[in-house]
Amino acid sequence: MTDTATRPEHGPSAGDPLEVAFAVNGTAVRAAVDVRESLLDVLRERLALTGAKKGCDHGQCGTCTVLVDGRRVLACLTLAVQARGRAVTTVEGLAAPDGTPHPLQQAFIDHDALQCGYCTPGQIMSALACVAEGHAGDDEEIREYLSGNLCRCGAYPGIVAAVRDYADSARSTEG
Amino acid sequence: MRPFSYRAPATLAEAVAALADGGPGARPLAGGTSLYDLMKLGVEAPSAVVDIGRLPELAGFDTAGPEELVFGAGASMADVAEDAVLRADYPALAESLAKAASPQVRNMATVGGNLLQRTRCGYFRGGPAFDCAKRRPGSGCAARGGLDRGHAVLGTSDACTAAYPGDWAVALLAFDARLDLYGPRGARTIALADLHRGPADAPHEEHTLGAGELVVRIRVPTAPAGRGSVYHKVRDRESFAFALASAAVALTLDERGRVAHCRVALGGVATRPWRAEAAERAVVGGPLTEEAAVRAGEAAFADARPGAHNAFKVRLGARVVARALRTAAERAAGRAVA
Repeated sequence: MTDTATRPEHGPSAGDPLEVAFAVNGTAVRAAVDVRESLLDVLRERLALTGAKKGCDHGQCGTCTVLVDGRRVLACLTLAVQARGRAVTTVEGLAAPDGTPHPLQQAFIDHDALQCGYCTPGQIMSALACVAEGHAGDDEEIREYLSGNLCRCGAYPGIVAAVRDYADSARSTEG
Repeated sequence: MRPFSYRAPATLAEAVAALADGGPGARPLAGGTSLYDLMKLGVEAPSAVVDIGRLPELAGFDTAGPEELVFGAGASMADVAEDAVLRADYPALAESLAKAASPQVRNMATVGGNLLQRTRCGYFRGGPAFDCAKRRPGSGCAARGGLDRGHAVLGTSDACTAAYPGDWAVALLAFDARLDLYGPRGARTIALADLHRGPADAPHEEHTLGAGELVVRIRVPTAPAGRGSVYHKVRDRESFAFALASAAVALTLDERGRVAHCRVALGGVATRPWRAEAAERAVVGGPLTEEAAVRAGEAAFADARPGAHNAFKVRLGARVVARALRTAAERAAGRAVA
């Protein structure tokens, strides 16, 4: 593919659409994006993946959290063109093919870890990474390493319980 | 947001050429957490964005060397914060990163870009509705007589009292860090202490980098004071908040428990990463008693000039310094840490 983004000698003019190719939830996607567009807007508006939410759009609330190459990032502060060649995982990519929720999603249900639900996709993506990073050792560590995800309903006790529950079962499965 | 041209060069040399080519409206983009945010606010409106996020010359870091710690400017804050050597032997450096931002931001943001994070002053971020000499030179300052609770009390000028928001640069200042730069006129090395400018009468001139010049790596000489170091940060909330007052301390004790070497740097209270030499002088040569620590904290703020709503930072800052000194001394002595 001809990727103008990688060829400085053919740098595009301001305002031209750029073609960007990356993977979302295991599927290759290609989109002509406005250079100003965030990864969040491309996921939601062009790819119809509305799981990641737009809250503050300034990196302060965490509800747009997705994984890029397995690491949690803020889709609102990522230019879509920065995702070139990356593997993006959104909350839509977690459930099993038959629709069975991911164990972490089930833990959120079991522990009533939400009220309005708007922050939930970001909480889940962030928590998934938090556990994978090894930062879910106890409640205090879970709170610290989920501090980038705000819940204005105040469902924090349920969220911490769900993450702890999932982390414990993930550890025992490994062990 | 205004449209801009976007380039993602493959090498450092190409990136510097692309920045020169882009002229004064060109901006480098690494993690993007600061620049893209400010573009959405209309505070930054680059005509050209040069993506330096994947440059091999900026990648990685090495804390194993006998002479110095080397951090590629493109290393993520998260990766450096997790480094086992740093956490054990230079806790102030690791803590300054771990206590900054959120896990998501730390995954995106780089240790080079973080040095030049712009102020969080609400009038700077608020855009054209407000006078701001940092944003529009000569336009005045809406924070004077305005809401200045988060603003600086040290290093201010009549033109600007905006606080430098970062943590990492403050910790690096306690360790004589140096920066390798590369720009259109080649490579050079400067002291971190010479990177940031105070506001004086030109608050928009925040740093000493040349046009199109990039930070390539950060180098920290290995130092025994690393183990006797701490980054103490007080915030409005326990996590994911900027410092109201912070202090980085790195010190060593002699065999009789007296302070042999001491560096103190302050964050959240000054217009740039702030070395508190008066506090250092106050403790060197004696035991680090509670009284000595409190005196040093007060010395650090002797020249403070508070505004309308931030006088609390003088006492808070002094106590943060005192607490950091005591913790650093405990660590240097190998005792349990706070």
